Amino acid sequence: MRSETPGAFSDLDPRTILKEVGFAGLVALGLTFAMVGLRTVDSNTGDGAVLGIDTRFADVAWTVALVMVGRFLLILDRAGLPIPVILGGIAMAVVTQVIPMPGTVLPVFGLIGGGVLALKGVLTLVRHRSKLTAQERDEAMDRAGQRFQKLSRYLGPALAAFAIVMPFLPFADRQVIDIATLILTYVMLGWGLNIVVGLAGLLDLGYVAFYAIGAYSYALLAQTFGFSFWLCLPLAGILSAFGGLMLGFPVLRLRGDYLAIVTLGFGEMVRIILLNWYKVTGGPDGISGIPRPSFFGFADFARHAPPGSTTFHELFGLEYDTLYRVIFLYYLILALALLVNFVTMRVRRLPIGRAWEALREDDIACQSLGINRTNVKLAAFTTGAMFAGFAGSFFATRQGFISPESFTFIESAIILAIVVLGGMGSQLGVVFASIILIGMPEWFRDLEQYRMLAFGGGMVLIMIWRPRGLLAHRDPTVLLHGRGGPAESEIRAEQQAAEAAS
Amino acid sequence: MEYFLQQLINGLTLGAIYGLIAIGYTMVYGIIGMINFAHGDIYMIGAFMAIIWFLVTGLLGITWVPLAILVMLVLSMIFTATYGWTIERFAYKPLRGSQRLAALISAIGMSIFLENYVQLLQGARVKPLQPMVQGGIAVMERADGFVVNLSYLQIIIMALTLALMLGFSQLISRTELGRRQRACEQDQTMAALLGVDVDRTISITFVIGAALAAVAGVMVTLYYGVIDFYIGFLAGLKAFTAAVLGGIGSITGAMVGGLLIGLIEAYWSAYFSVEYKDVAAFSILVLVLIFRPYGILGKPEIEKV
Amino acid sequence: MASDKTPLLEVEHLTMRFGGLVAVDDVSFVAADREITAIIGPNGAGKTTVFNCLTGFYKPTVGMLRMTRNGSEFLLERMEGHAIARVAGVARTFQNIRLFANMSVLENLLVAQHNKLQLASAFSLAGVFGFKGYRKAEREAIDQARYWLDRINLLARADFSAGNLPYGDQRRLEIARAMCTGPAMLCLDEPAAGLNPRESGDLNELLTFIRDEHKTGVLLIEHDMSVVMKISDHVVVLDYGRKISDGSPAEVRADPAVIRAYLGEEEDEDLPDEIAADLAGKQEAGTARPEGQG
Repeated sequence: MRSETPGAFSDLDPRTILKEVGFAGLVALGLTFAMVGLRTVDSNTGDGAVLGIDTRFADVAWTVALVMVGRFLLILDRAGLPIPVILGGIAMAVVTQVIPMPGTVLPVFGLIGGGVLALKGVLTLVRHRSKLTAQERDEAMDRAGQRFQKLSRYLGPALAAFAIVMPFLPFADRQVIDIATLILTYVMLGWGLNIVVGLAGLLDLGYVAFYAIGAYSYALLAQTFGFSFWLCLPLAGILSAFGGLMLGFPVLRLRGDYLAIVTLGFGEMVRIILLNWYKVTGGPDGISGIPRPSFFGFADFARHAPPGSTTFHELFGLEYDTLYRVIFLYYLILALALLVNFVTMRVRRLPIGRAWEALREDDIACQSLGINRTNVKLAAFTTGAMFAGFAGSFFATRQGFISPESFTFIESAIILAIVVLGGMGSQLGVVFASIILIGMPEWFRDLEQYRMLAFGGGMVLIMIWRPRGLLAHRDPTVLLHGRGGPAESEIRAEQQAAEAAS
Repeated sequence: MEYFLQQLINGLTLGAIYGLIAIGYTMVYGIIGMINFAHGDIYMIGAFMAIIWFLVTGLLGITWVPLAILVMLVLSMIFTATYGWTIERFAYKPLRGSQRLAALISAIGMSIFLENYVQLLQGARVKPLQPMVQGGIAVMERADGFVVNLSYLQIIIMALTLALMLGFSQLISRTELGRRQRACEQDQTMAALLGVDVDRTISITFVIGAALAAVAGVMVTLYYGVIDFYIGFLAGLKAFTAAVLGGIGSITGAMVGGLLIGLIEAYWSAYFSVEYKDVAAFSILVLVLIFRPYGILGKPEIEKV
Repeated sequence: MASDKTPLLEVEHLTMRFGGLVAVDDVSFVAADREITAIIGPNGAGKTTVFNCLTGFYKPTVGMLRMTRNGSEFLLERMEGHAIARVAGVARTFQNIRLFANMSVLENLLVAQHNKLQLASAFSLAGVFGFKGYRKAEREAIDQARYWLDRINLLARADFSAGNLPYGDQRRLEIARAMCTGPAMLCLDEPAAGLNPRESGDLNELLTFIRDEHKTGVLLIEHDMSVVMKISDHVVVLDYGRKISDGSPAEVRADPAVIRAYLGEEEDEDLPDEIAADLAGKQEAGTARPEGQG
């Protein structure tokens, strides 16, 4: 559509500029004219709500103008004129802050847009007008990822150690621990789904169903039979795994995208059943008053112990504080997550783990080597479902209340985004992606209405920037020569020497 | 029997709407092999466009219903198509050639973005609309007074869908654009070598898909009279189910799948339970996929070794 | 065909139709144990389709495929794909190499020993806890892999990603991977495609080694006549899905039907040698990957 060669001054032909800028403006106008410019509003005229329309054409004009300026600056950047781009970007950012604008989104739009343009200009300047190709950039990122992976041998344990001492650090108030607990829940879910998507390469868009089965299993078992958390946890895991088996058995023969849509349908089916099976699940009201976990069956976290048992603060002779339960829950999810991580790391080195990865690489070759594809897929699916079940029962016990609303498709999408964003198959990547996707929006809770907007937009941008995920590098599960194995150059030199000798 | 007939009419109307959305999925899947997860939300945007332009036609004083509907339809198609084009250009094109999952995640992100974008701009409240077309034909009457009713609106929806389907299949089989599209579906590299502008063809595919989704959005707005920013998800899911059911990549299949899903929903709601109508649709999908993995009209795909 | 040889694979009346297209039409032949049997023929003759029927990727329309291993008989057309490799002992390679590209060379060879290891790990249960029995089995599997890596001269690159190997190495690795499954019959789909003459020579050596030392039958699809004529014990010629000739390399070379199939009616030259020279010349030109033909 347009030439990508940098430094081509012919791009500065006024007619081309006018055409491209005009086109961008036209598209912006098309996008915003109706959606932004005409707002449907309820105008109550007495006899029920009647829709009326409000106009916001100033917003439209500003957006179109900003887009056109942005497009013009991009053309300059393409033509190898970074200085005006930097200045223009900064000007755009500043002007949108100074001039009073209609609405609150436009200044943010101007700031981010101007900032990105200025940054792009700086990058062009730094690289002396020599643009890296997408592939080179990708390779550079891979090398960075590889170096990072080397670091991760230390970083992993360091992060775990930090997670263990975190609640006792000075900054750790209740909110911090709550967010950390939430992040860890998603880390655990991400690690579970990583087995299915990252290792075995099976696209599962209904992972939240198993999470829901775990949560409801725990809630129902604990309420109906009065089982303790420590008994319910494995049971919930088993029930979820069973759910995975039931779903997996008929559908795992399907090819990638069909599998995706069937799992998505399954997730919705589970949610609809939870919503409508009023007698058992409480329907949309959900289940409340789910028992909280005890301190390994010894003590309770309540202020006053139920008859025949003791409370945690009495057991340790402490002042009563609700924070104890929060911290206990934090450690509980940390332990569960680390268990999942340990099992996954271990299983990756076992035949079944290698078979999962082989399946992802080439399932036809797998069959030709005598591997029963269905069984291997089923194992991955079931294991992933079981971990989701664990996470689900933790969720139920932490919240004390569950309803179908917590198990919508968006949850599946978030967990999948964590796995793909982290770099498929990378355990550490899941941690970073969880921090970015779950932790960051939590901090910006004040901007509630823009949170999910930014979340969706961020997902798109990160994928475009790094399609293979943040940490896409993979280390072999077994080494013949140990860590200091020969490099390609050494091998080649040796072979040449051998050839010369003969 | 009368009741059965009424459900047939309702099911076909609903199915026509699903079918129109499903065409967008199936075309995009056929040409670039990705699930355009945001397509359901394009349909949602189409529905909002319908409401907005309906209100505007009211303000402009266009009272002749056929003209109002035509204006609504055309404007909604144009403005929704802009979204289709832009989404492809920014969220999918840079990811062409990367792993499939990346494009899917980008599409899911785009879907979340669009839902919140519309919510932010147009409000989260359900939008009601006064019925525009009323009345219908009483097809049959039962002894106890139950009347099988075929409303004018249902006639419009089915007629419009039929017309679009016919026009569209002509477009694909007869025109230069259709040939280019089919060429890109077969082999993009080869098509490019033979002088087909692949980028442009893909863009046009998205534009057409979005325009058809907008038609579905307009119809649904007229038919049900209420919409909100969240309608895209379930409708998109069912339309994709319809596309898979019919055999993905096949335009006729998408329509057949859509009608089937519509009928299943109508009959299941009528004879069993409304709550589980979606469960029924998905269960049928699973059953079809198990026994006929390539859908009803799809070509069996031989595992390439 | 000599009747004193033990038959390993007997193909009877194999027919494969795709819709109206008959890709393989009533083909029968026998591959003997500890022999190299080559299937040759022009492009589109149905060679790869025969392979896909043998290894369970296609279900033949008509025909019987009888495999004899350790005295027991297996009817391949009735078995599931993975069981053909695991139980009947038929391993294969692919025309357009199918390695696990992002896994290391060693891992590729360990995946090939999956069933053995899976049993030793008690379906992962013993493996998770690192029991002794599993560790021993894994060591043995690595030794087996080491043996084949040494054989194909890839020992030093064992920890590299398989996808980063040069083309010729990838071809050899795929053969080693198939051998790691411990097969009774090895099916190779154009193993010499894209190899230079030296690599081609190495391949000949490897195949005769597999036949003689590992007592394995080899079934080979090949275009490179220098490979076929030098190492095959028995050649089957297909054209348009039918078998047109069957016999020793010398017999086939002299068969007028074969000559017609390759060069058309009028030509009357001693053809296979011609092709051999021609092909060898082409391959020297570069190591460009040939496009897979499915």
